[in-house]
Amino acid sequence: MVIYGLALMGGCMIVGTGLGYLIGHLVGIDANVGGVGIAMLLLVIISRQLMDKEQLSKLAQDGIMFWSAMYIPIVVAMCARQNVVAAFDAGALAFVAGLGAVFAGFLLIRPIAALSPKSDPLPPLDADNAAPAATVAVPESAKEVK
Amino acid sequence: MDILVQAVSKYPLVTAFVVVGLIMWVSTYIGKIFNNRIHASAIAIVIGLLLAFVGGKYTGGKHGISDVGLFAGIGLMGGSVFRDFAIVATAFGVKLEELKKAGVPGVVALVVSMILSTAIGAATAYAFGYTNPVDMATIGGGAATFIVGPVTGAALGASSEVIALSVAAGVVKSISVMILTPFLAKMAGLNNPAAAAVYGGLMGTTSGTAAGLAATDPRLVPYGAMTATFYTGFGCLVVPSIGYAAIVALVG
Repeated sequence: MVIYGLALMGGCMIVGTGLGYLIGHLVGIDANVGGVGIAMLLLVIISRQLMDKEQLSKLAQDGIMFWSAMYIPIVVAMCARQNVVAAFDAGALAFVAGLGAVFAGFLLIRPIAALSPKSDPLPPLDADNAAPAATVAVPESAKEVK
Repeated sequence: MDILVQAVSKYPLVTAFVVVGLIMWVSTYIGKIFNNRIHASAIAIVIGLLLAFVGGKYTGGKHGISDVGLFAGIGLMGGSVFRDFAIVATAFGVKLEELKKAGVPGVVALVVSMILSTAIGAATAYAFGYTNPVDMATIGGGAATFIVGPVTGAALGASSEVIALSVAAGVVKSISVMILTPFLAKMAGLNNPAAAAVYGGLMGTTSGTAAGLAATDPRLVPYGAMTATFYTGFGCLVVPSIGYAAIVALVG
């Protein structure tokens, strides 16, 4: 059932958020430290295992894929609710500080990425470049699971 | 007329789906005019930001177009619940081996960027006459993300004027990441999972990286988002403590 995919994702997110707040609590701040990241990691590991055991039905996978495909529209909605006026009216200090951090970051991508074992560039996108992450990344073996 | 307004505002989230659907359609069309040299998603993001600007000017609110009654659903659709749920969904199908490769550089990027952003923010504050360590740390936190700034300011007792400045610095950062990423991606070598994880760690803003990668190559989203989601929590931890201590040691 489609809902199984959503339940799996939701479960990962609840556990991740719980762990994120627990980490925050342990280091003495009231914040969620990396809850979403932990949830993603859980989803990667658990869905892999379920698919290897053929326990994750096509429909359940479709439930997750739907949200993966909704990612860009949701991001567009997110952009439409940003406080863009505040950014424009911010004044020189905020511009220098904010943009300075961004440009410094871009300059450091190459040197720091070089620390990783060779990571190959992804193949070029095809014409319909709106393909969500998951549709491309799912290995062939996973797609055969019914 | 009233009936029309009622029809549009009865189901805000559904209206949001229609509006965003229209934005995507228009963007794809504009993309075709430009021979697909600019991603449709990048165009859609810019349209979204323009709408946010118009909405903010029109209502004087903080949440862009979603402060306009008719478009309240955009606030729901683009809020943190849907955003985080969709980000988690993008992790489905990611290869664990790629994540492992991205692990060490991602963590290095996180630490390096936290030091660098705080230093740039604090130095800028100093240059503009905010030479008190509390103000410098708060604006430094803002240069990390727009959440780290106010958290730092509240912890150290900064004035509301300085806290507002730190939020503004963070918002400038987040929005410039959204707009600049597709243009700088090639130059910065942002075309593989490890580089995306490093990028997420360096930029830190979850909304900025989410939109920036969506406009560059959606397949890179899970890697960048994963490191970025650790950034704000990490910043809230280290900027008011270690960061502040370092600034006091330097200028105090």
